[in-house]
Amino acid sequence: MNKDLTVSSSPHMLNKLTVPGVMWGVAISLVPVVISSVIFFNILAIRLMLTCVLSCVISEAAIQKLRGKKIAIKDGSAVVTGLLLAMVLPPALPVWTAVIGSIVAIGLGKQLFGGLGYNIFNPALLGRAFLMAAFPTLLTKWTSPFTLDAVTQATPLGLMKFSQIKTPYMDLFLGNTAGSLGETAALAILIGGGYLFIKRYAGWRIPLSFIVTASILGGALHAVNPSVFPNAAFHLLSGGLLLGAIFMATDPVTSPVTKKGRWIFGIGCGILVIVIRSWSGLPEGVMYSILLMNGITPLVNRYTKPRRFGAKR
Amino acid sequence: MIKTFPGGVQPACLKNETIDKLIKNAPVPREVIIPLLQHTGAPCEPMVSAGSRVRTGQVIARSDKFISSPIHASISGTVKKIDRYPHPVIGSFNAVFIEGDGADTKETSIKKTDNVNLLSEDEIRDIVRECGIVGLGGAAFPTHVKLALPEGKAIDSFILNGSECEPYLTCDHRLMLENPAGIIEGMAMMLRLTGASRAYIAIESNKIGAAFALEKILRDKRYNTLNAKIVILKTKYPQGAERSLIKSILNREVPPRGLPLDVGCVVSNVGTAFAVYEAVFNGKPLYERVVTVTGSCVAEPSNLRVRIGTPVKDLVDALGGLKKDVYKIIFGGPMMGLAQLSLDTPVIKGTSGILFLSKEDVAEYAETNCIRCGRCVDVCPLNMVPADIMRFVKKEQYERAIEYNVEDCIECGCCSYECPSKIPLFQWIKLGKTEVLNLRSAK
Ligand code: SF4
Ligand code: SF4
Repeated sequence: MNKDLTVSSSPHMLNKLTVPGVMWGVAISLVPVVISSVIFFNILAIRLMLTCVLSCVISEAAIQKLRGKKIAIKDGSAVVTGLLLAMVLPPALPVWTAVIGSIVAIGLGKQLFGGLGYNIFNPALLGRAFLMAAFPTLLTKWTSPFTLDAVTQATPLGLMKFSQIKTPYMDLFLGNTAGSLGETAALAILIGGGYLFIKRYAGWRIPLSFIVTASILGGALHAVNPSVFPNAAFHLLSGGLLLGAIFMATDPVTSPVTKKGRWIFGIGCGILVIVIRSWSGLPEGVMYSILLMNGITPLVNRYTKPRRFGAKR
Repeated sequence: MIKTFPGGVQPACLKNETIDKLIKNAPVPREVIIPLLQHTGAPCEPMVSAGSRVRTGQVIARSDKFISSPIHASISGTVKKIDRYPHPVIGSFNAVFIEGDGADTKETSIKKTDNVNLLSEDEIRDIVRECGIVGLGGAAFPTHVKLALPEGKAIDSFILNGSECEPYLTCDHRLMLENPAGIIEGMAMMLRLTGASRAYIAIESNKIGAAFALEKILRDKRYNTLNAKIVILKTKYPQGAERSLIKSILNREVPPRGLPLDVGCVVSNVGTAFAVYEAVFNGKPLYERVVTVTGSCVAEPSNLRVRIGTPVKDLVDALGGLKKDVYKIIFGGPMMGLAQLSLDTPVIKGTSGILFLSKEDVAEYAETNCIRCGRCVDVCPLNMVPADIMRFVKKEQYERAIEYNVEDCIECGCCSYECPSKIPLFQWIKLGKTEVLNLRSAK
C-alpha cells in the first residue's frame, strides 16, 4: 500500500482547459479566415502569415531567453499574435515591414509589460498601430483579390468615404474586396467565431455588444442622412469590424474581467468605431477603438466590481 | 422548469460506480477511535475513562454549551484510553479509543415512540439533541440548534437538500431511493419545529429516480398539510450550497455573514432528516452514517453504513483492498473535501464520502500567469472577483481584499476549478480570509 499520500488544498479536480488550450483553440478558430485569405490572396497570404507567425514566435523566444525566463512559445500565444497581426495587414506588405511589426507586437506590446497576462494593449493591434505610424503609405496599399500584384486599390470603406462608391454586399460577405488580409471575408470570420464561442474560448458579451452598438449607431446616422452615412449592414461587413469584434476585442488579457465591464467594453468599441468612421479623417476605426478601450480596461474593472451577493439592491 | 443560480461549474459527475449500489452495513470494527469534536461548536468533554464499559449508542462525551452535540459510542466494549489522534478536519484532536467486545450490545435509554404527535416540540428537540444529530451534508452544525429559531425570528420556507452536487458522492441519492418514507417523516418533524409553512425538496436533474421515490410518499394524504413540493434543479456545482439553493429556489440572497434564517428559511440535508426520523421514532443516536467509499483505487466502490470512529483502513479491507497506488485520500467530495495524511483517520459525523484517488484521477498542472480571462469571475456564485483578490492577498493588501469582500467566500473552489492558468485561487482566498480574521481580532 502506498504510504506517501499527497495532501493539498481542494478542489482536487480541475477543468481540463488550460491556457495553451485556449490559445490553440483561438488559432483553430482562425482556420476559416486563414483559408479564405489564401483563396483570395494566394501566395501573398501564405507569405504574410508565415512571416508574422515565425517572427512573433522567434522574438518571443529570444526575449524570454534574454530575460532569463522560461521559453513558453508552446503556449500558442505568440502564434495567435502572429496570425492576428497578419490578418490586419495589407496582403502585399513587404516581408521586412511585417517582421518589424511582429517584433514590435511581441517586444513592445507584450514582453515589455512583463509577458502574457500583463500587457495592457492588444499586441497585434499595437504592432499594426506602430506600422501605421511609421510606414503609412505601405499600410494603405491594398491588393485586389485574385491578383498577386500590389496595385493600389481602395478598400470598400475608402471607396465609400472618399468616392461614395458602394461595394456589392455579396462581395463584402464573401470577402471578394480589397482590404487587410483577414478582415474582408465576413462569412469565414463568422464561422470561426461560432466555433470560438461554442467551445468557450472567448466570451460572447464583447462581440455582441460591439456589433449591436455599431449597428444601432450606424443605422441611426444612416436614417438621419443616407447620402453621407452608409447603412448598418455596410458598417458590419466592411473593414475590420467583425474580425475586430470577434477576435481582437475578445483578447482576454486586454479586456475587462467583469461581466458588466465586458458589456461596457463592447459598447465603447462600437461607439468609437462609428464615430471615427463617420467624423474623423480616417476611413477605418476598429483598431483605434479597441486600443482606446484596452487603455481604459483597468479603470473599467475597478468601477464594475460585481454587486455583492446578498447586499441590498 | 429547472431552476438554478448564476455562476457555478459543471465537473464530470463520476457517480456511476456507486449509483446503483444498495447501502450495505460495513462490518462492525474491532476498534473505534471517536474524536471529541465532530461538529461546528464547542468540543465535548469525555464522560467515560479508561476501563469504562460502554454500549453501542451510549453517550460518551458531551458539553453543556448550547452549540454543541453529544457523542456516542459506536460499538460496545471497553474504553482503552483517551488520547490525541488524527482528525479528518483539524489535523488531530482528543479521541476516545474503544476496544470492541464483538457483541454490539445496544444502549436502550432513549425510548422508541409510537406516536410522535404525543411528543411536544421541546421533547422532540431534546431527543434530537440527545441523539447527537448534526447536519450530515458536511458542515455538521448541531441540528437541535437549527431547529430552535431565535426569539423573534420566523421562517416561511424549509428546504430539504437532496441535491448532492459533489462529483463521486451518492450516499444521499441512495438514501432517498431506499428510505424515502423515513426522510419525509423526518422532514415533517423539522417543519413542525421550525414552523415553516412550505417545504421544498431540492433535487438535481440527474437524480430523477429519487424525486419519484419521494413524490410517491408525498402523495399520501397524511402529508398534504406539509405543503411540500419537489424542485428539480440544474445539475451544477455548488447547487447544494445553502446560498445557491436559496437563490435557485426562492430567488432570495442570504446577506453577507448572515444565515438562511435572515431570509426566512432553514435548509437541511436529506441525510439529516433521516437521522432525525431514526432518533425520534426509533430512539437511535447518530453512531453510524452512510458514506460513499469510491475512487478508481477501490476494488469495490460502495455505499456503506459506517460506524463513527471507524479508521479508513478497515473500510479498505472490507471492500477487498486497493487495486492501485493511492495518491490522495479525500474525506468528502473532490471539490470541497479534505486530503488526508493517514489511513488511520476515522470517519466522523460529517464524513459523506471517502475517495481513494490515483495520480491519474487528480490531474495536476503547472501554474501559469493569470491571463485575465474572467472565468473565475463568471463562475463565482458569490459574485466575487477571485483574480483580483488573489493579487491583493499575494501583495498582502488585506484592506483591498476586504473591499473586494474576501470574507464572503463560501470555499466552493469553483474559481480554482475553472482557471485555465491553474492558479490555486481558492487557496489564496482562504489565506486572505484567515489573515483578515487575524487582523480583525487584533483590533
Ligand atoms: S472565491 Fe470562494 S466562493 Fe467564489 S468561487 Fe472561489 S471558492 Fe467559491
Ligand atoms: S480564471 Fe484564472 S486566468 Fe482567468 S482571470 Fe481568473 S485567475 Fe486569471
